[in-house]
Order: sequence, then C-alpha cells, then structure tokens
Amino acid sequence: MIQLLADFFGSMGTPGLVLWTMIKIVVIATPLILCVAFLTLAERRVIGAMQSRCGPIRVGPNGLLQPFADVLKMLFKEVVVPARANRMLFRFAPLLALAPAVAAWGVVPFSENLWLADLNAGLLYIMMMSSIGVYGIILAGWASNARYALLGALRSTAQLISYELSMGFALVGVILLANTLNLGDIVRHQAGGVLHWYVWPLFPLFVVYFISGIAETNRHPFDMAEGESELVAGFHVEYSGIVFALFFLAEYMNMILVSALAATLFLGGWMAPAPIFNELAIFGIAPLGDGFLWLALKVTLLLFFFLWVRASFPRYRYDQIMRLGWKIFIPLTLVWIVVVAVAVRWSVLLGGGA
Amino acid sequence: MSFSAFLFYVLAAILLVSAVRVVSARQPVHAALSLVLAFFTMAALWITLGAEFLGLALVVIYVGAVMVLFLFVLMMLDVRQTDQTPRWKRHLMPSLLVGAVMLAEIVLLIVKGVKTKAALPENATSMENTRELGKLLFEDYLYPLELVAVLLLVGMIAAIVLTYRQSRFVKRQEPAEQIAVNRDDRLRVVSMPAETETEDAPVHSLERSPEKTGGH
Repeated sequence: MIQLLADFFGSMGTPGLVLWTMIKIVVIATPLILCVAFLTLAERRVIGAMQSRCGPIRVGPNGLLQPFADVLKMLFKEVVVPARANRMLFRFAPLLALAPAVAAWGVVPFSENLWLADLNAGLLYIMMMSSIGVYGIILAGWASNARYALLGALRSTAQLISYELSMGFALVGVILLANTLNLGDIVRHQAGGVLHWYVWPLFPLFVVYFISGIAETNRHPFDMAEGESELVAGFHVEYSGIVFALFFLAEYMNMILVSALAATLFLGGWMAPAPIFNELAIFGIAPLGDGFLWLALKVTLLLFFFLWVRASFPRYRYDQIMRLGWKIFIPLTLVWIVVVAVAVRWSVLLGGGA
Repeated sequence: MSFSAFLFYVLAAILLVSAVRVVSARQPVHAALSLVLAFFTMAALWITLGAEFLGLALVVIYVGAVMVLFLFVLMMLDVRQTDQTPRWKRHLMPSLLVGAVMLAEIVLLIVKGVKTKAALPENATSMENTRELGKLLFEDYLYPLELVAVLLLVGMIAAIVLTYRQSRFVKRQEPAEQIAVNRDDRLRVVSMPAETETEDAPVHSLERSPEKTGGH
C-alpha cells in the first residue's frame, strides 16, 4: 500500500517527489502535535498526583479532552500586539521557535525502516536545529518592547549557549563510540540488548546530556527565561491566545525531541532491551520485538523524568545555572571524552573502533 | 529547469536580498537578522552543492552562536534606528573602494582558476564528506590545525585578561564553603521545657481554658 503510493508519486517526477515528502511530513508531524497535547495533560495529572491533588479530570473521561478544551479556549482569545512592538518580528518569533522544533524530527529514526530522511550528518543537523531555536525566544523578547520580556530573552540566550556546549560535547562521546553521525547507524551499533546500549560506557555524558536537555528546553528547574516569580512569564509575557500556544507547542515539542534523542543515542532507540523479545513471535510477527513500541516506551519514561524533575526541584538561581553549566558540566564532559577516546583507540569498550 | 537549479536560483535570490538588507536596514537588529538569514541561505546553498558538513557547521557556529551574541549586544545597547543618510554618504567612497577591490579579487580567482597543492579527495562532493574532511584536517594538516587552535586559545585568554577586572564590590558565593558548613557551627539546640512541674501549680480544667487554645 505504502509502496504503491510511493510509486504513484514517484512516477510524477520532481513535483510528485516533493508532494510525497510533504505527505510524509504531515504523517509525522500530526501525531507529534497530538503527543504534545496529551503531554500537557499528562504533566498536569502527574504533577497533580505528586502533590496529592487530582489535576484536570472534568473534561471528557478522566480529563482526556482537556487539551482540546485548552486549545479551543486559546483559539478564541484575542491576540494582543503591544503598543510600539515590532509587529512583524512579534508575529514571526513564535514561528521561528516552532519551526526548528518540528524540523529536527526529520532525521529521528522511529524504527528500523521508518524515518523521513536518512541523513548522514543527522547528528549535526539536530545540533543545527537546536541552535536555531534560540532565535524565536530572543526575537519574542526583543519585539515585545517590554522589560520583562527582554530580560527573559537575554537570560535564556546566555543559558542556551552555555548548555549547548555541554550538550554538544556529550554528543561527541556518542560519535566517538559509534564512528558515525547517522542516527540510524548509531542505533544499529547498539544492537544486542540492554548491555550494549551506550548509556553504560557513556553514563556521565548521558546524565549531562539529559540535564542540559532540560536546560535547553527552558524547563524547571532551569526556567530562567520564564521565571514566574521574577519576570512574570519572561519572554512570552506579552503573547496571548493562539500565538502563545505556538510557544507552548515548541517547548513541549522540544521536550519530546530531547527525550527521543536521549533514547536514540544512549538507550538503544527502537531496540528491544533483550534479543529474546524478537523470538516471541506469534504468526511470524513479534509484537514485542525491535520497533517503534520500544522507542515510545523509552521516550515516555524520559518525559516522565522531565515532569518528575519539575515537581521536585526549586528553580536555580541564575549564577548557579551558569556555574553548573560552565564549571561542572563542560569539564566533566571534556574529561569523559578523553576517557572514551582512549578506550576506543585501544578497543576497550564495546563497539569501539568499529 | 531542474529542481536543483530552481532551488539554486531561489536561494541565491534570498541570499542577495538579505545581503543587501544587511547594509541597508535602518534598524541594527534588522541588519543582524538579515545577516542571519544570509548565513542560513549560504549554508543551504553549500548543502545543495554536497558540502553538508560545511553548511551545517556554518549554521551551528555562526547562526547558533556568533550571531546570537551579536544580537545579545545589540539588544543590550538598545541602539535605536538612526538617521543614516549623512553617515552613508561620508563612508561612500572608502566602502566603494573596498568593495571594488574585493570584487576584483573574487573575479580574478574565478577567471584564473584556483590551484591548490592538495588534490581534492575522491568523494569530496559526495554526501559522506564529514569523514574525508576529518581525515584531511586531523591527519594531513594536523600541525597547522593545532597552531590555529593555540592561536585561538591565546586570543581567548587575552580577551579575558584584558576585560576581567576583579572588583571589590562584587559579592560572590563560594559554593564549596556553603556546602562545607556544619549544622553544629550555626545552630545550638537549647532544651527549654515548656512546662515545669511544681507542687502548688493551679490545675486548669479543659473546659475553663479558652485562652490556652486561642491565645497565640
């Protein structure tokens, strides 16, 4: 069926190819947006449970329709553009925040043969997209023509640049072990069960990557860009209605992306935790074998950590964030990269020097 | 016209327009953003040529870090849009001269052709060129690369030394000292019994003592 469609569009030459790619993008992006919707619900329910309250349970069965109610509410609200704001950039900034968050999904492999683009420099592409995402925040803060928004944008800029370094260094460790930048190949290098996952030889880098990921997405306890108690809502204080929802969408999309990347790079991506799961076949299909199911489970677990961290820790102070990023994470990752490089050179670690 | 040619013309048009906007924009932040767009389009052009590592690195370094800091400074300085016409005219002659020289150099390079000592690797324009570039940089040109790295390091340290002033008004925290604090250094728990037993203490009945519950 899919092959048939691909052939059909392929037969139409370049326009067909472009159209077919567009369809694939929609097929990947739509479930992602639904995931974001239910992630907001999950966040409120999980944090509610951690704080001994219910969270949203009224709209729909068990509150399942709450995200749609929220979206409808935002759709009907007025989009207010502040006086003397830079109107064009004010409208453009949320798109600039959202577009890289969506575009980065283009290279994420969902299973052995399910992805949008099998890019050889996939990891670099992801780094590029995450480095562009900061512009949405800067421009939102600047175009709003408000003190709080500008301060939030400046804080967030400094924070994102600092944590991008440690994040990049953490990725260097993965590149050293896998000897490739292709995300699919990185997962294939981790085949053979839970002991072959990169999380074990690269455990410090995994921890640094995940915490940097929390900082990169401006989540608690690193949400200096918003900082409700100090900056009201930081860079998006002047945004309302559906334009605000776009920032919201970008933030949650980035959360899922960071979790998916952590799962792909360190936790074996779509691989099952033990090869035995591939043997448990019914009518030739192994429902628990390597596949999207495992990636989804790992991503869900990591997203739960995001929510757990949010419910557990108070916000860092600004100088503490900078200290953690520059004085702890970067030296730690640098040392561990040297350790990994030496180990790979003399083939001490699994999969090294392939 | 093939799709890649179409892509080239679209990207080239965007690049030219944004490059002109860099110098013609009145608002400094707009100029910086146009430069970002120019870098981005340039990277896209390089990727269509097959130099994907260079393109992605250009975006990661220049768009993701350098231009962000540029914007940071521009926003902190809060440069309002200025009347630029007089300055524009004042700098017209030197800038035309510099532009003409640069154009002549580039045209000369293109017309005469570039002769490099090192032959291009076999698959220089294939999609797997990150590895080739790495081999070239870290095996064939290792010592020049390290020299450049040391030069950059010296520049970085020099910048820090020149700008860093230890002010005595700056209040800093020493996290190590904060963590090293013991509970016993700061807190002494004194045992003070709330009630002492005496022989002739009056006995309050529970019903007759509202001031005990509401008095605090």
